[in-house]
Amino acid sequence: MSNFLKNHFELLGLAPRFAIDQTVLDQSYRTIQAEVHPDRFAAGSSTERMQSMQWATQANEAYRTLKNPTARARYLLQLQGVDTEEENNTAMPTEFLMLQMEWREQMADASHDQDISTLDALLQEMRGKAAELQAGLQIALDQEQAWQTAAEIVRKLSFIDKIRHDVEHEITRLED
Amino acid sequence: MSTAPHQHRLAVGIDLGTTNSLVATIRSGQSTVLLDEQGHALLPSVVHYLEAGKVEVGYAAQLQQSLDPHNTIVSAKRFLGRGLKDIGDTSHLPYRFVEAPGMVQVETRAGIKSPVEISAEILKSLKSRAEKALGGELTGVVITVPAYFDDAQRQATKDAARLAGLNVLRLLNEPTAAAVAYGLDNASEGIYIIYDLGGGTFDVSILRLSKGVFEVLSTNGDSALGGDDFDRRIFCWILEQSGTQLLNPADTRLLLTKAREAKEWLTEHASASITALLSDGALINLSLSQQTFQDLSKQLIQRTLTPVRKALRDAQLDISEIKGIVMVGGATRMPQIRQAVSQFFGQEPLTNLDPDKVVALGAAIQANVLAGNRSDDDLLLLDVIPLSLGLETMGGLVEKVIPRNATLPLARAQDFTTFKDGQTAMSIHVLQGERELVTDCRSLGQFELRGIPPMAAGAARIRVTFQVDADGLLSVSAREQTSDVEANIVVKPSYGLSEDAIIGMLQSSFSSAAADKEARALAEARVDAARLLEAIDAALVKDGDTLLSTEEKQAIVSEMSKLRALASAEDSTVIHKAVESLNHATEIFAARRMDASVSQALAGQTLNTLEI
Repeated sequence: MSNFLKNHFELLGLAPRFAIDQTVLDQSYRTIQAEVHPDRFAAGSSTERMQSMQWATQANEAYRTLKNPTARARYLLQLQGVDTEEENNTAMPTEFLMLQMEWREQMADASHDQDISTLDALLQEMRGKAAELQAGLQIALDQEQAWQTAAEIVRKLSFIDKIRHDVEHEITRLED
Repeated sequence: MSTAPHQHRLAVGIDLGTTNSLVATIRSGQSTVLLDEQGHALLPSVVHYLEAGKVEVGYAAQLQQSLDPHNTIVSAKRFLGRGLKDIGDTSHLPYRFVEAPGMVQVETRAGIKSPVEISAEILKSLKSRAEKALGGELTGVVITVPAYFDDAQRQATKDAARLAGLNVLRLLNEPTAAAVAYGLDNASEGIYIIYDLGGGTFDVSILRLSKGVFEVLSTNGDSALGGDDFDRRIFCWILEQSGTQLLNPADTRLLLTKAREAKEWLTEHASASITALLSDGALINLSLSQQTFQDLSKQLIQRTLTPVRKALRDAQLDISEIKGIVMVGGATRMPQIRQAVSQFFGQEPLTNLDPDKVVALGAAIQANVLAGNRSDDDLLLLDVIPLSLGLETMGGLVEKVIPRNATLPLARAQDFTTFKDGQTAMSIHVLQGERELVTDCRSLGQFELRGIPPMAAGAARIRVTFQVDADGLLSVSAREQTSDVEANIVVKPSYGLSEDAIIGMLQSSFSSAAADKEARALAEARVDAARLLEAIDAALVKDGDTLLSTEEKQAIVSEMSKLRALASAEDSTVIHKAVESLNHATEIFAARRMDASVSQALAGQTLNTLEI
């Protein structure tokens, strides 16, 4: 099969699992870019330049997807034909929703007080919660093949990614 | 189909700076800045329009700054790809600005000039310096741009190069160029911060260096903050101290020059004396101490640390993980800046390369690689898009399509539909920036989609693809894809200079007759054809038998002979067509070669891993 038609895992020489070897991921990515990057074909024909751009774009997309745990899990589920339904399935356990609300409130208070260190601490807490969920993903995806459970965890992580992004945005706004 | 090894191609790196510009090349394996006939490395980025269509660039033009301020343009880079409202306060600038769609222009005695044309004059001067020094025509150039330049500013830079008759191999981010110059010299590994304070722009980039791979992790900056602003602080201080108001353009220019001289003097001395005789006979005589200057510039220095913090956060890095800080740009000579940086990072910054030259030196290294002169493929730059790209949605809000700091090149697709029955056109507003409101982001333009097949409302599915290439430049393509209609849709950007405007400028810049232009086009077409034939020949020798069937190979060989037969044709369009069809005939071959090289490289990597 052409490398160009492979899925992201095949392309980067990894087994389709949630737990991945970061070193192999980094190394394969760089190896591929060293071959296909547009800089290699700056003096090449227009055909080569076009193909090089498509290739390098695909390698970047694959690397970006597999490097990020939420995106990686979403992609694994997609390969299994499971839609994570992040747009329309917002049913969450009460406990998780409470935590969300608590974070939102803390963010609003800290923003109001222009308290960047509290926002930083909040980010830290979210990272901890995300790591916990990622451990659960590994079990659901790699050991139990429990796709629906995994999809629910992805939805939760997606929530956390969003609020983390909002907090970062808030910190940037305060620093300006 | 890489280039033939025997032939050395003349390639240079150009640092098109706000205050000064430079050109460098690789000589005997060393990156070297090329000097002008008087032995100067720097070319002041100043363009003076004289009578009778004459133009002066550099030191000669700089001398005219105070004498002929309306017609002597300094810091044109600040206006590249910028509208009048983007520039902000223009009261201290002695120019006659003319607002134009997309980009401001300046009225001079030589007519109304776009910043693209002004920058092209600087590039032409560097081109002629390089061609004299190297004894031949340049194959290609790498031009550096601030990492924080947006799409319009990058496009304007590329247009300027085109006007100057330069073949741009790549637009390279200035901090990345500096990292290349440093990294290759010091064989460094680890995470580095490039702190680049130029004449008019501030950039910060964080890179991971590992075995010749320069991976940009994040970049940030302020494209309206630079060494010029420090001059302006001193300028304002002079006015305040001397009680002077309302200056004419010549006096403004004189005092700005005095301010710059004082700033430079204070790098090595405790105080600077400022004396100037204004045109009304008033004498200014002041003494500025290092301490006062530090107080005046404190706020500006703080402004540079905000982008540094943002870049660290985007890369998810802590200050303790930074292996070194590279200082770039003449403005980083100011002791208070070095002090603030070393205090912030808790380590002394690296300053062993000349901060004025380091960007050009790095660009030359990259130009040499891109032109195909370097055979050992151990340098790879992975750069990022500095600012998010988004689309206007309901209520004047921006929806992000491509996040900042994503590695180039990249593409994202987004689906749209029609909202009226029989709708055949729609407009997409593309914006660049981090803010939520359309009015707070940089408008890159309304892209018009035309030729949508008429259908019921909501039935059409139009996939719009945003592709950002390795230069950080955006292109948009669209295609309607319902069950049985697949129509390509014409996309027209509406920002920057139009193709017609560029062709107009190109034509007016050639004094030569139409016949000369055709001769030039013909010569270029022949060179193109010869280069392509040579490359395919080499590729066929190497991989023709293993990757192609006899028939496939025959098809390529036959297209090649068709092109060869045209070698003496007198019509450039005929040659162009044959080049295009040969390019088309090699698509499968090129794809298989790339595939094979990836497979081989990955296999080699597995072997290496096993050996360890």
